[in-house]
Amino acid sequence: MTDASVATRAAVPARGSLVRGLLRRRGAVLSLGWLLLLTLATVAAPLVTAHGPLDQDLNSVLTGPTGAHLLGTDTLGRDLLSRLLFGGRSTLLAVAEAVVVFLAIGVTAGLASGYLGGRLDWLITRTADLVFALPGIVIILVVLAVFPGNLHAAMVTFGVIGSPGLIRILRAQTLRVREELYVAAARVAGLTRPQILRRHILPRLTSTVIVQAALFAAIVVTIQAGLGFLGLGAPAPAPSWGGLVADASQVIDRDPWMLLPAGLPLVVTVVALGVLGDAVRDAAVEAWAPPVPAPARRPRRPMPTAAGVTTREPDPQALLSVIGLTVEIGGTPVVQDVSFDIRLGETLGVVGESGCGKSVTSLGILGLVPGRGRISAGHVLFQGSDLTASPTTLARVRGSGIAYVSQEPMVALDPTFTVGRQLAEAVARHSGCGRKAARVRAVDLLARVNLPDPAAVAARHPHQLSGGMAQRAAIALALAGEPRLLIADEPTTALDVTVQAEILGLLRSLQTETGMAVLLITHDWGVVADLCDRAVVMYAGQVVEQADVAALFSRPLHPYTAGLLAANPHAAVPGEPLPTIPGTVPPPGAWPDGCRFAARCALATDACAAPVPLTEPEPDRTTRCVHVDRLVQEGTSR
Amino acid sequence: MAILRLVGRRLLSSVPLLFLVSALTFVLVSLVPGDPARTLVGQHATAAQYAAVRAQLGLDRPLPLQYGHWLAGAVQGDLGSSLFSGEPVTSMLDSRLPVTLSLILAGTLVSGLLGIGLGLLSARRGGRLVRTVDALALLGLGVPAFWFALVLIVLFAVRLRWFPVTGYVPLTDDPGQWLRSLVLPVAALSLGGVAVIAKQTRDAVLDTLGKDFVRVMTANGFSARSITYRHVLRNSALPLVTVLGVVLVSLLAGTVFVETVFAMPGLGGLIQQATVEHDIPVIQGAVLYVTVFVVLVNLAVDLACGRLDPRVRAA
Repeated sequence: MTDASVATRAAVPARGSLVRGLLRRRGAVLSLGWLLLLTLATVAAPLVTAHGPLDQDLNSVLTGPTGAHLLGTDTLGRDLLSRLLFGGRSTLLAVAEAVVVFLAIGVTAGLASGYLGGRLDWLITRTADLVFALPGIVIILVVLAVFPGNLHAAMVTFGVIGSPGLIRILRAQTLRVREELYVAAARVAGLTRPQILRRHILPRLTSTVIVQAALFAAIVVTIQAGLGFLGLGAPAPAPSWGGLVADASQVIDRDPWMLLPAGLPLVVTVVALGVLGDAVRDAAVEAWAPPVPAPARRPRRPMPTAAGVTTREPDPQALLSVIGLTVEIGGTPVVQDVSFDIRLGETLGVVGESGCGKSVTSLGILGLVPGRGRISAGHVLFQGSDLTASPTTLARVRGSGIAYVSQEPMVALDPTFTVGRQLAEAVARHSGCGRKAARVRAVDLLARVNLPDPAAVAARHPHQLSGGMAQRAAIALALAGEPRLLIADEPTTALDVTVQAEILGLLRSLQTETGMAVLLITHDWGVVADLCDRAVVMYAGQVVEQADVAALFSRPLHPYTAGLLAANPHAAVPGEPLPTIPGTVPPPGAWPDGCRFAARCALATDACAAPVPLTEPEPDRTTRCVHVDRLVQEGTSR
Repeated sequence: MAILRLVGRRLLSSVPLLFLVSALTFVLVSLVPGDPARTLVGQHATAAQYAAVRAQLGLDRPLPLQYGHWLAGAVQGDLGSSLFSGEPVTSMLDSRLPVTLSLILAGTLVSGLLGIGLGLLSARRGGRLVRTVDALALLGLGVPAFWFALVLIVLFAVRLRWFPVTGYVPLTDDPGQWLRSLVLPVAALSLGGVAVIAKQTRDAVLDTLGKDFVRVMTANGFSARSITYRHVLRNSALPLVTVLGVVLVSLLAGTVFVETVFAMPGLGGLIQQATVEHDIPVIQGAVLYVTVFVVLVNLAVDLACGRLDPRVRAA
């Protein structure tokens, strides 16, 4: 067995999974059923109906549905069911002709263009672009003007005109697949190009080809019927779906019934092809998606919060009090029972590894839980009013009471407006001043965040700024409402080191100037030491420790804090490996009932298996560890 | 100035397309078994009569020469004459342009407004509207314009008598009647466009709503209305404009059917008629008109994209 085939085994799922995925979808089954039934009935038309498609009976004209004629008759007394079924034959043939040409050209050219590249790719892409721009139906009409009544020529032409769409899609996909690991492995293993194409690339494109073929077939059915309707299909007495609609159109004032049997099978067929295409795409996405680990199933029981739900009195001194905040996303708690205060003018750091719920907490304060999340418990008091209780209060507070700066400055501003216009909009919104005054103030704000030549920056679009400039502009935007509290979610993570220091310096000086409080989310102890008065340490959705920064640094009272501090690269001893905390943060849904850090903790004992409440070992600091007494002793004896 | 240069460059790059389409048409026509001269003189004409007509039509010359002759005429606005009426093709096409353009313009407005409105609502509200838009998208694909037109006629013209069954009243004759005569054709024409645009709008808006800047704006107190209608819509407009271009071209294709059903004297109906009658010069001219229309639509799409997105403008 070659390496390549091993790699292939790993990457290619069982072929059956696509079919199984398809059969699980009701729409797909119904569509397949209809198409199958239609094909059978059409092919076996003489067995289904006793009437010939051309048999006239002038004594029963336009009868509507009767026992003898299930769908009724036309103006010459011909049976509509029979005409429908025999007419369906030309539709099937047309679909076959057009789709075969569509696939032959599309797959060959798409694969060649994507896999071989080079000059051939250039030629194919150019030609495809040119053909793509052609007005399809009109070209077909030209063909029919030249070859009267020759639907075969028309359908072959339509297959050609439709193929550039398929070429483009397959080319793009081939380009992607050929870079994948198992294809590269196959190349290294010495498989020839045709072998690689057939064994490794084509299977990956199968579902796309099926989807595109189904959608194209849907269009062909409509077009073929349209041509028949325009009288450009098979000549007069021969039945066709489009011709039936044309016949019906002659008698709509006398017998509108005929429109239904003439048109509905057409509509249902096209819709069925469309549904089938969508279903194949969805099933393919499912089949190719990496297996999702099923969430650990545990018997439902009350959330392990009962012990620790906080119902403390809010600190009357606090600007912002978060009390027992719990956020759920899709029913799974991602932040649980989080409480802390921010006093006027202070800087509070929120520290922890990625995935501990820092960002969700900050967004929860602003009522902006991402996706399908919601605040399921707790309160957020800002200057005494509860933001979780009143959407109007929340809307009033956003921007003018609490402002927000995000992590990625390059995507934090609307790319389609100039920086100045966005700032002016924020200013006008918060101060209610006129447009002109808002523009002036916008430039002032840009000057305040130390941007050189603020007027020029105001005239630029976000993509014309560097990361550092964009973050300054984003901070200016946050300042527009003169907030009392600024939430900054890792404001320097995405920036160069030198720029980081500048932005932090800016935040500090702005804070001195305005006296606003700052909630700073970070995983950088240097930033905490530099800027923060107090810090909250979060782990797996909980607050595990909270203290003054000086106390926290000198004497951490939670093993996680101690571990994080030890892993701080700023404090690393040259020549020695940087200590790390073994293991990873457990994801939401996989949290143990007891101490969530126990699995990574050197101090863990059996006592850690029970839920751990927050305790207050010393005034103004809390921790969530059963071994807190030991830590206090160690700390004092150190 | 930069815009003018861009327009010029784009128009120039469309020359190969026009060339290809007209040459293709010409080659196709040359493949016709028998020729227009035979059609014109009939079965019983003498060989001399036939030869005379052939010479008159220029059919006795080699193909490249014929094409050159046609091309020379085309750039001067002479596309030959109809084999049937003898009327100059250019004036035939020009006189039918207003009907088709009214249809396309109204169809674009209806598709755009209804489609964007529905898509926006379904993105913001979710729930039942999402399924409605999905169902509409399938119907837009499945219900052919010519059949939908007939259903509309049965319901609103034959039964309710709200609108005329067929026909077209020029705007200059009676604006009220003009509008009435357009309602059903435009409704039939727009179904597909509304469906496509509604679905694309929904997808684009949902995509934009997930962007960081929307969260930053909400967090910093921008009004929900401004975020939706100014910022999200404008950011979603880029894919939409491209789709709108495709819809415009498909509306033109739709006029072939709709004008036939409603017996409207437009370009689409003329193309259908000329196809049935094998009136080659008319077809050739119509193909040229349609290709120019497609070129202009694509140009408009490019310019709109540049205006909407400063990043594209820079590129």
